[in-house]
Amino acid sequence: MSESIEADETVDARGSACPGPLMDLIGKIKDVEEGTVVALLTGDEGSKNDVPEWVEEANHELLDIDDNGEYYTIYVKKT
Amino acid sequence: MTARIVIVGGGSGGTITANRLAEELEPQIEAGEVEITIVSDNPNHIYKPLYLYVPFGEATLEDASRPLVDLVDHRVNLVFEHVTDIDTDSKSIATAAGSELEYDYLVMATGAIPQPEETPGLGDDEPGHHFYGPEAAEDLRTALANFDEGHLVLSVIGTPHVCPAAPVEFPMIVDQWFRERGVREDIDITYTYPIQRLHGVRPTAEWMVPRFEERDIDSKTFFNVDSVEDGTIETLEGKELDFDLMVGVPEFTASSLVQDAGLGEEWMEVDRHTLESDHAEDVYGIGDVTNLPTSKAGSVAHYASGTLVSRIASEVRGQVPTATFDGKTICFIEAGTEEGTFIEFAYDREPVVRDENRFLHWSKLGYNEAYWLTARGVM
Repeated sequence: MSESIEADETVDARGSACPGPLMDLIGKIKDVEEGTVVALLTGDEGSKNDVPEWVEEANHELLDIDDNGEYYTIYVKKT
Repeated sequence: MTARIVIVGGGSGGTITANRLAEELEPQIEAGEVEITIVSDNPNHIYKPLYLYVPFGEATLEDASRPLVDLVDHRVNLVFEHVTDIDTDSKSIATAAGSELEYDYLVMATGAIPQPEETPGLGDDEPGHHFYGPEAAEDLRTALANFDEGHLVLSVIGTPHVCPAAPVEFPMIVDQWFRERGVREDIDITYTYPIQRLHGVRPTAEWMVPRFEERDIDSKTFFNVDSVEDGTIETLEGKELDFDLMVGVPEFTASSLVQDAGLGEEWMEVDRHTLESDHAEDVYGIGDVTNLPTSKAGSVAHYASGTLVSRIASEVRGQVPTATFDGKTICFIEAGTEEGTFIEFAYDREPVVRDENRFLHWSKLGYNEAYWLTARGVM
């Protein structure tokens, strides 16, 4: 886990196939306040590309992507 | 001692499983060693894929409905009551009518439930239409019949949704339907999808691109509907799109029984190969209610039922269950009103989408009639 980033919310989408993890993240981002940091846990390789693309499209901020071996943690800040 | 198998839900998963179990365990049922019961709050079985055809006058609501009593093996008990509580510790379920049924094996087959009231632009007093319920499909039929110019938008708002092919099919059918009515040149059609391509299944998305271009169907991706007001859709990504007729794919949820019974946070959480609950003993899930990493499609329930029936029958016989589910899924895709194709895939196998043809369109129409044999467990 990224030691410098503390997530306010966590979305555990491990076991979900594409586009499940991205859609789970979008659903969470929709519900939280601006400034909230959401950590997405995903085992889907495609999420490494899909999530940053959507974050840029929607003008949020990608903070980091941690490779934990069996899954990734993708940190996104709602702006 | 009698083994009591209780199935909650009378849709595809529940009905096929009950019928196949009755066949598989016939000797045990005849000997009084097994009882199979379906508990459903709807005395009718609905073949939901036909709702796609209702807006175009190609099917009626009556075509999509049959009494469960006509479809289910006579050795299966039917209880038409609304389940209100599941207790996986005492292995019992309670109904609104006050009944309590104890089970040895429980199969959850409660499906996925459309939530138009929770979906932006859909629901009462909202402008959007959909085709995921009987009244809604008929309302859309009226709206389409009166629509001869303007901008039609088909927007995939909620995911996951049932029948992953339907949003692909609708724009292609409506395009040709408008052409046949001679009004297509006065109508613009736009399709929207939440992620960066046209469909979650990548080969399907790639198949769609040239076909939408040929048919002059516009598309917008990374399009997550946030609000709908005065003929304008606004998205989470800050986009705007005006429409004259909106057709939306709503959000879906599992029955509240899943969360209340501790069987999953949202969808029922099961092992993807054995279909056993991650959270309770002797509880299984089948079909759209589950979190299986594949599509919410009737074919998944159909193929998974083979695994489920084999595993439960093995348990009843005191054998070690060995059957596993590989995620097999098949979806027909209509490419207009005269041609179709299909996709077949599994957990570890991506589909190949072949060119559409007339034979597969007629195969789908034929299957729509033959479906009732699937529900009976015959095919």
